[in-house]
Amino acid sequence: MTTAQEAPSLVPNFGDEETDRKICFIASKGTLDMVYPSLVMANAALGEGVETHIFFTFWGMDIITKKHMENLQFTWMGNTAMHPPGKRLHMPQGAAGLPGMTKMATKMMKKQIADLDVPEVPEFVQMIADAGGHLWACKMSVDMMELTEEDLLDDVEGIISATDFIELSDGAQVIFT
Amino acid sequence: MATTTLAGAEVTVDEEGFMTEYDEWNEDIAAALAANIGIELGEGHWQVIKFLREDYKEQGETPMLRRVSNVGGVSTKELFQLFPKKPAKKMSYVAGVPKPHGCV
Repeated sequence: MTTAQEAPSLVPNFGDEETDRKICFIASKGTLDMVYPSLVMANAALGEGVETHIFFTFWGMDIITKKHMENLQFTWMGNTAMHPPGKRLHMPQGAAGLPGMTKMATKMMKKQIADLDVPEVPEFVQMIADAGGHLWACKMSVDMMELTEEDLLDDVEGIISATDFIELSDGAQVIFT
Repeated sequence: MATTTLAGAEVTVDEEGFMTEYDEWNEDIAAALAANIGIELGEGHWQVIKFLREDYKEQGETPMLRRVSNVGGVSTKELFQLFPKKPAKKMSYVAGVPKPHGCV
């Protein structure tokens, strides 16, 4: 079907009018498979012009800790759903505990992620910071893990308390991962 | 499919206004598309647009921001400055290629 249109031309609505939409992710895990959900969604939210914050807490702190961010690991221990991609193959829980298994599973998962052209964690966090994402570290976790500001990425805006986070997320959509 | 008039030429667009025919695009149309969304094209914009068009032609899909940054050589920060708020959608709109479909 073809319809001729008069000027002004058909222009997509990019939703540029001011929006107060705001999303806060809580990243609480440090296993390789569980750090991606908040990173992928935060990155997508930023690409849609939404104000985006990530609050890193407990093992999620590893994502923004210089010493650990490159070395996140994957294990299928405790994950009874685990199967290799595309295969209907049960992975015995006991096998996950054998020496070298975590290393192997991590290597496989990193390869699958790279094959999709999705960045590794340090590059991903950098992308999010560059896109204007706000990164916050949890005060209790910092104290518990005996970290200081120097241990964290420079892009982390601050070490904040639970109360600070509640204030910060006023009116936001909050997603716990 | 609808048609609309841009820079004096009749072009085919989808229901949102994105161009659907790669070969109907030219630089004057790009400037008109950009003006539609309040952007005046400068050198930085053209670098992105050129990369998007070449990469789409070679790969058969619109590159995501990360690829524009790593392969096209325009940093994430710059992309957000050049095409504010929704860079991936806006740059593909101006370059006359489909919206990108990937997640990252």
